[in-house]
Amino acid sequence: MHPFLSGIVTILIGVGGCVAYFYFSNLVLDKVIFPAQGPRAGHNINRANQWRPWLFLFPAIFVLGLYLVYPVVGSFLRSLYNRAGDEFIGLGNYATLFGSEAFRQAFLNNLLWVIFVPAAATFFGLIAAQLTDRLSWGNIAKSLIFMPMAISFVGASLIWKFVYAVDGDIGLINAIRAALFGSEPVDVLQIPFWNNFFLMFILVWIQTGFCMVILSAALRGIPEETVEAAIIDGANPFQVFFKIKVPQIMPTIVVVWTTVTVLVLKVFDIVYAMTGGNFGTEILPSYMMSFMFRDDGRATAVAFVIMVVVLPVMVWNIVQARREMR
Amino acid sequence: MDNIAGKKSSLSIATHLSVLALVLIWLIPTVGLLVSSFRDRDQISASGWWQAPFSVELTFRTAAGGDAAQIDGDWVLSGNIFDDPELQETFGSGAGQVTAFSVSAFDPRAAVAGTEIETRDGAMLTVNPDGTYRLVSAEEPSGTQRIYFAAKTPPQFTLANYRQVLTADNMDRAFINTMTVTIPATIIPILIAAFAAYALAWMDFPGRGWLIAAVVGLLVVPLQLALVPMLNFHNSIGVGQSFLGIWFAHTAFGMPLAVYLLRNYMVGLPRDIIESAKVDGATDFQVFTKIVLPLSLPALAAFSIFQFLWTWNDLLVAKVFLPSSDDAKVMTVKIADDLLGSRGGDWGILATAAFVSIAVPLVVFFTMQRFLVRGLLAGSVK
Repeated sequence: MHPFLSGIVTILIGVGGCVAYFYFSNLVLDKVIFPAQGPRAGHNINRANQWRPWLFLFPAIFVLGLYLVYPVVGSFLRSLYNRAGDEFIGLGNYATLFGSEAFRQAFLNNLLWVIFVPAAATFFGLIAAQLTDRLSWGNIAKSLIFMPMAISFVGASLIWKFVYAVDGDIGLINAIRAALFGSEPVDVLQIPFWNNFFLMFILVWIQTGFCMVILSAALRGIPEETVEAAIIDGANPFQVFFKIKVPQIMPTIVVVWTTVTVLVLKVFDIVYAMTGGNFGTEILPSYMMSFMFRDDGRATAVAFVIMVVVLPVMVWNIVQARREMR
Repeated sequence: MDNIAGKKSSLSIATHLSVLALVLIWLIPTVGLLVSSFRDRDQISASGWWQAPFSVELTFRTAAGGDAAQIDGDWVLSGNIFDDPELQETFGSGAGQVTAFSVSAFDPRAAVAGTEIETRDGAMLTVNPDGTYRLVSAEEPSGTQRIYFAAKTPPQFTLANYRQVLTADNMDRAFINTMTVTIPATIIPILIAAFAAYALAWMDFPGRGWLIAAVVGLLVVPLQLALVPMLNFHNSIGVGQSFLGIWFAHTAFGMPLAVYLLRNYMVGLPRDIIESAKVDGATDFQVFTKIVLPLSLPALAAFSIFQFLWTWNDLLVAKVFLPSSDDAKVMTVKIADDLLGSRGGDWGILATAAFVSIAVPLVVFFTMQRFLVRGLLAGSVK
């Protein structure tokens, strides 16, 4: 059967199955297990209502547990075994990793990504949000800056491959350099160290729109009186922005910052498509992919290192969520 | 607010200019890709896309042949190089302009148009800017004389790249595969997540707070952790690397965001409506299907867009959970593994393939932007 047809069948089975599950499980709970009639009707209704949330939650908890909770444990256990998976080597994979030059390079590069990308994306996003705020064509500008959000990392990489190309008839950067300074074309993706920033900028380009949209909403939510009062007191526009507006939207800035940070640790596509990890641009997600299908032990070890790096953000998110619910 | 009390902001022009600069930086690379994908492949490598509306100087070769006429003791062969039927296609009628010519393939721009050069046989050759040439030799010419020349060609926009990408390069198959992955992976998680979100938002039970915290925590679990264990799991239950496997995987990976987003939205629904429905005797199931679900349509739309964009644009999950054979490749894998590798220098094909892959998300993005923004805000700003 053609995959497309089986896709349609899957939609029908999947959606139909979900509807059937929720409807019939609910029916069974109310009519068969705890019928709302007879001598214990009241008791049964209460019991049924105690069980119902778990009925509603079960499919979601099941897939979350299987695909996201179990792998944390599963990956860690697998990372303690050798390549073939038949010999327990303890932390051997981690020892090999931290001993290898390539891993240290990937780790340091990744730190660079985690620092630079969220900072730059949030900064540009904040600037764009503030500048477009009261512009007559602000919505068009926002929409265009937001657009890269829809483009895949691979597509974005290709778009920027055109900009970075060595050939002065393809690459915009080299064309501008040649036109302004008459300099020889360079391959920016092979400049040691700085090539990382050219790759990072692609992700900044994608994420700025996201930051802008959220920060723009936060800026609009600022009580106008505070801004008015500051202006009457003689604050100039820069003071109004940095001393009145930014402090008030600080919580949102932190949320945006952490969201982008977490995303950075997932993106392997850009490095994979642009340099394949060559020229000293390897980062952890792409380093992990180089072991995928070859050495599961080391692949899972790298994945677990990424998890450890994300852990502080995760804890912080959970603490925030708990606090908000109170 | 920046201009209250009659104080007009002097920064107005600076603001306009800096926003313009920002928008241009953000837009130009994509425009370059779009323009490149419509250009003739020879022109792409001869001039930048920003010069696309102007004529491009390309080099060609042709042959001067035919009957030579004897004039004043010399054999003279004359004609117009643009009469060559093979060149007609490029230049159309009378549009070409020769800038330089030669008789050597190594240096087609050796002589400026209008000057005279000597061929290897000792004949004198002149090619004028309008394409007319004149070959003068002392003896009767034998065979034909090759002429290499550079000429300005009119800008050419063509659909040839699209034709090639969509027919010859298996991109059509990859496009269908991407759709096959995306549509079920977008639709199936919605219902599961909606029920869970309702339970977390409006039902009271012990442990609810912890479950919400767990969902928030799972939002940031790196996907990479799931790759090896879940692929082994798929292999052990007989799913293996297949479309079925990737639908499962995408459904699960999208679940934390779906539950989180929908719960945040549902919590904000007016309490009165839901409580009065319950007082009137509606069960939770009825409240959910008849009240909460219809009211949550904007959030459902927002999540669908997210999940659609994410699955359509995904490379990682597709590389791991789909077989690597050519008939199961999605577009991102096709571009990253095939086109960038073997076709590294064929910019026309690369640009076209990229544009084919980003066209659908862009359409979705621009038509559904309203919902997307609303969804983002429901998730992040309290």
